Amino acid sequence: MKNLLDAYSAVAGDDVISHLRQLAVPLRGLRVVHINSTRSGGGVAEILERLVPLMRELGIDAVWEIIEGDGDFYVCTKNMHNALQGARVTISDEMLHAYEETNARNAEQHRSMLEEADVVFIHDPQPAFFLRHCPRRRGKWIWRCHIDIARPYRPIWKYLRGELAAYDASIFSLADFAQQLPHAMYLIPPSIDPLSEKNIDMSDAEISDVLQQLGVNPEEQIMLQVSRFDRFKDPMGVIQAYKLAKVFLPNLSLVLAGGGASDDPEGAIVLDEVRNAAGGDPRIHILDLPPDAHRAINALQRAAVVVLQKSIREGFGLTVTEAMWKGKAVIGGDTGGIRLQVVDHHTGFLVNTPEGAALRVRYLLHNRQKLADMGIKAREFVRENFLLTRHLREYLALILVLTHANGDRIELV
Amino acid sequence: MGPGKIRHGQVFKIRDCALLAIATGNRAQNLRELRDHLQSIHPDSIYHHFWGGLMRPKFVDPEYSNDFAAWSRHGLHDSILAERLGVLDPTEFDDLESLRQELVEVVEARLDESEHVSWSKADQQFNFIRSQIVVFDTHKVIPAPEALAEYLPHLSVGSVFYHFVDARRRTPGGGDDFREWLAEFGEQYVRLRENLAALDYYFVTVAELKAELCELFRDYFAFQAPA
Repeated sequence: MKNLLDAYSAVAGDDVISHLRQLAVPLRGLRVVHINSTRSGGGVAEILERLVPLMRELGIDAVWEIIEGDGDFYVCTKNMHNALQGARVTISDEMLHAYEETNARNAEQHRSMLEEADVVFIHDPQPAFFLRHCPRRRGKWIWRCHIDIARPYRPIWKYLRGELAAYDASIFSLADFAQQLPHAMYLIPPSIDPLSEKNIDMSDAEISDVLQQLGVNPEEQIMLQVSRFDRFKDPMGVIQAYKLAKVFLPNLSLVLAGGGASDDPEGAIVLDEVRNAAGGDPRIHILDLPPDAHRAINALQRAAVVVLQKSIREGFGLTVTEAMWKGKAVIGGDTGGIRLQVVDHHTGFLVNTPEGAALRVRYLLHNRQKLADMGIKAREFVRENFLLTRHLREYLALILVLTHANGDRIELV
Repeated sequence: MGPGKIRHGQVFKIRDCALLAIATGNRAQNLRELRDHLQSIHPDSIYHHFWGGLMRPKFVDPEYSNDFAAWSRHGLHDSILAERLGVLDPTEFDDLESLRQELVEVVEARLDESEHVSWSKADQQFNFIRSQIVVFDTHKVIPAPEALAEYLPHLSVGSVFYHFVDARRRTPGGGDDFREWLAEFGEQYVRLRENLAALDYYFVTVAELKAELCELFRDYFAFQAPA
């Protein structure tokens, strides 16, 4: 795709793209390899899908490969993922053996490319053991952690840490997530892609069509939360907040849109609880959407009058970023990455209780100018901080740092 | 030409920069831990928590101008300490060590007068961060101060930060790159240099600083222009 940078220039600004071009000049021709576990589905694949072509358009020889395994490997890495997020999960030696074997086999397949590469990004724990199988590597290896590992289950972290210590650098999304490692730990927040199906502009007619297909009346005043049916996202608290606000706002509707209930036993239980709590209220719409319902999410976020993300615990909260990009003030739980995005009284409100959320919904719907002003600030805040172009800029700066010099000042002049 | 030099003869070379944040792994959950880390943390981390915020977008009325004050208010819920730390203006200190000493002094005074040590929640600890700066050439060369006045509106946020804020760590007199350059013209731009020196830039965003610089240069050359 020849004009990808021009397309981003239209949404992020010419100066942003010019900045990227200048940063990339010393990196032209560099071989950069990204390794993750899937080409589709999930936030990492969504980012790499655009990031790698953008790097190539800037003259960097970027490639993207994936690690492929069997059932045991994926069960092991799923457990590993949960353990890093704090779940007390036991992983058997057989599972770990399957994990290490899969790493060895895949590393062998890509060894010459990996050993020749100038920079290798290993995303998340799935391919973390590639490094030990590339003894003649000549480039810099970076472990990119996309997971909230603020409080990992220690035995699993200890197992991985031994391997990760050999990397040249690691990247975490938030300072809270950084663990002690004997190399530089960079902080690079995630981003959204403004040109993806989930975030691209939609016409009013398209939005209306999608809402009608979902059984939601476009004329209703929609209060929205998009998230998996998970207790940490507090969907019950959102229903309570809706009921408290509804007394004063009779035209208010609630849409809880999410997924994950079909392949997650706990998700199905939470979904049942949420349906019971809704109690047959026709203005509460509970939508169990498939993982690829990007256009539906986009339309709902654009149609909403106010967006909630009332999580009790949250990694970064890209649904907050998505809503803010669509010019929405967000009422968010005072936790994790939501704090980085919802600047209290500027881009939305931070709340701790359903009562607090209800109060802010009422306040914003009675102060439409404030609601609009916050939406404008929210969109600008995302434009400057959480678009893919910023993510790319920081990757480029990091590659420059690692490939050119050490120290706190790198002067390429 | 050595690193950091932006002059070549009497032309001004526009540079740009990007900042990368690095976790130091040091965290404080209470005021005593904050004091202990402040005593030993690398000066780059102190720099980051005072100046790194300038490269992050702020809103029109940022509540506090440094991260220590903001954490005191929102992490420790200690408004008194937040106000005392918030008023610290790093431009008034000769170097980062003096600033560090003052920070420690303020925190110790608060510890002395407190009945108990303030704690934050586990997920609201203060994370000490430092930053790396990557400086690169934009290949834009300004031939004369009048041309700089015209070009300033096109300057990126990174360039403004590099030439006006970061410069104070590099230039011998602790000034900005613009004044350093103007000094090469002898007495010709003395008033412009004085105006630049008087610019109070700590409580504004880099975007606002850029707007103030544009106005300052524009006004100066409008006044100088023949009728």
